[in-house]
Amino acid sequence: MHRDDIIEPALEHIHGEEEGKKKRAVIWKIFWLLLVVTIVEVGLGFKFSRVPDAKPFLLITFITLTIVKAFYIVMSYMHLGDEKKNFRWTVLAPFILFALYLIFIVLTEAIYSFKMDQNFNW
Amino acid sequence: MSATTHVETGKAWGGAYRSPYGISYGKMMMWFFLLSDALTFTGFLTAYGFMRHKYQDIWPVAGDVFTHFPFVDGHIELAYVGLMTFILIMSSVTMVLAVEAGHRLDKNGVIKWMILTIIGGFIFLGSQAYEWYHFIHGTEHGAYVTPMGDVFHIVKADEHGHAEMLKEWEEGAAIKPATVRLFDGWQDNPGLIKGADAEKMLAEARWIQGANLKENEYGHPLFGDFFFFITGFHGFHVFSGVVINIVILIGVMLGIYHKRGHYEMVEKTGLYWHFVDLVWVFVFTFFYLL
Repeated sequence: MHRDDIIEPALEHIHGEEEGKKKRAVIWKIFWLLLVVTIVEVGLGFKFSRVPDAKPFLLITFITLTIVKAFYIVMSYMHLGDEKKNFRWTVLAPFILFALYLIFIVLTEAIYSFKMDQNFNW
Repeated sequence: MSATTHVETGKAWGGAYRSPYGISYGKMMMWFFLLSDALTFTGFLTAYGFMRHKYQDIWPVAGDVFTHFPFVDGHIELAYVGLMTFILIMSSVTMVLAVEAGHRLDKNGVIKWMILTIIGGFIFLGSQAYEWYHFIHGTEHGAYVTPMGDVFHIVKADEHGHAEMLKEWEEGAAIKPATVRLFDGWQDNPGLIKGADAEKMLAEARWIQGANLKENEYGHPLFGDFFFFITGFHGFHVFSGVVINIVILIGVMLGIYHKRGHYEMVEKTGLYWHFVDLVWVFVFTFFYLL
């Protein structure tokens, strides 16, 4: 009897030696990119962490570079970029929505709480 | 009943042979697990962000805390944690190469790359143990904590004019609250406490060294709590990842997946392993860099 409740692994990912070579080239290219971004981050942190005026610049740069790294890990190494668009957004949309909402609400509260402590010395 | 609920096999939304997402059940469920795990870590990191912003004026700077490097004396900021990040990225590359070898049904390739991934995982865990060891044991000079819970250090200029931390009070020394950062021209910093005020503060204070859940010599105790909790939870993920990788590796060696005709189990454990790397990318930024 044919069972339709078991979803079989997709076999279309299986490829030959020729295509594997191309895929490996992409994997190593992304490795170098991740490595360079990490070195840049450590270098910036090392150089500018004691410069008070550099703080906003560091904040924006570090968060941007982190998102760049995360994008490449998720889309390429985790092959989410190769999945169907349906599935990609089913995973990404809830996370992005929740994360942005949580960050917004928590940081707003935190800054308010900080100001309360500054204004009233218990 | 069955006549009305009959669906043609092959239609996307009918519970047919292939899912509408075009992805197998196992991989899809791994993704949804990772989604929920990602939200857990988001919760931890935003909680850290809350405390950091609430206590922004008295929060320690990670660059001052994690300054050790194996076999090297002295103060090296960020280098070791940068190396840890490199190790984890490297093990992510070996994992994705194992998955690629699986797509070519190259059993020996999968075994080789998975063994390298597992080694990378163990090196990372060892590095984390090293970090924890130095954080728990602290520095030689330690710090003093007032009855109010404020942490401060004794600081004095050495012969080159650089700031030097001391364990005991000396003539000409000053008290540096843990939250004051020393830049060039540090001796004129208005945050430093000198003279009789300093000696009075010192008389009431208690000496502490290193870090635990209740206090740490670098400043606010919540910094230590979040460090132990977030890196500990991540480290536990790495540990489970290594264990799962070993289990799958044994399966590969026994030829279980080769017989099935595909190496999807390697892909699934690979997803988990990349996720662990992904979380570290964020922990690295928000805990160490910023």
